[in-house]
Amino acid sequence: MKRWILWVPLAMFFGFCALFAYHLARPKTEFVASTMIGRPLPEFSLRAAVADRPALATADFRDGKPRLFNVFASWCIPCAAEAPQLEMLRRRGADIVAVAIRDRPDDVADFLSRYGNPYSRIGADDLSEVQLGIGSSGVPETFVIDGDGMITYQHIGDIRASDVPVLLQKLEEAR
Amino acid sequence: MMHLRGLMLALLALCVAVPVAAQDSLPPAPYAYNQLSDPQQEAAAQALMQTLRCLKCQSQSIADSDAPMAGDMRHQVRTRISMGEDPEAIRAWLIDRYGDYVSYAPTISETTWPLFAVPLLLILVALIVLWRRIRRRA
Repeated sequence: MKRWILWVPLAMFFGFCALFAYHLARPKTEFVASTMIGRPLPEFSLRAAVADRPALATADFRDGKPRLFNVFASWCIPCAAEAPQLEMLRRRGADIVAVAIRDRPDDVADFLSRYGNPYSRIGADDLSEVQLGIGSSGVPETFVIDGDGMITYQHIGDIRASDVPVLLQKLEEAR
Repeated sequence: MMHLRGLMLALLALCVAVPVAAQDSLPPAPYAYNQLSDPQQEAAAQALMQTLRCLKCQSQSIADSDAPMAGDMRHQVRTRISMGEDPEAIRAWLIDRYGDYVSYAPTISETTWPLFAVPLLLILVALIVLWRRIRRRA
């Protein structure tokens, strides 16, 4: 029996230790990115989530104008945190439409009166069907949709101030 | 001692209260907690749901999770199966949107092939070693 072979298991043990240490030290990403980028929005037609904004359907995206598509909910705390940034985007000329996930009209209206309403249309996604259809895995998320109804970009999580120029840039690219 | 118990209870209450605050107020989707009436279809749905990952609580399957989104995914699975869709087609539909990550069913791909190849290789090596030893003895 060759002597060096005896050392192989020990070497493998240290090899695994190094592998574990490396992967434990790496920051964990909990985001599941949509694989729908570069593909058209699925067909949907939702009822209006609140009385003072029109409903949302796929056809509304096909008017040649790129827009932001925000996935939010009144029960979602980060959604309240991103409200000022959405308002800033609206003031800089972005058209923002949204779906409210699993929400009551009264709760949505209350949320909007409290944190502002930057949306031109809001659909009610009561069974998360649109959310599943576009590969979104949580709230809030924001997609850039071009004038043909094509998904061109996904932002996961709440929009921070530093994300505003990025989203404006992506909107410009979708033109 | 009483103090500590009060504190523990308060902490426990906090643990329970925080997740509840982040839930929606709508009732669960019709087929989130209701089984399909056809037992065969329900069995097919169950089998599929146990191999689909909950996107909100990523170490649970949608069959195990009480997250509202998992409920909506179960509703999606059950309604599609009741309409006669093939379970693997539903899995493919989800993978098409979320990538391989959404499915727990193992597949052989560019990154996973060593998982399948290494055991076979080890068995082969063991057989060769065994064969050589037996031959030496004989």
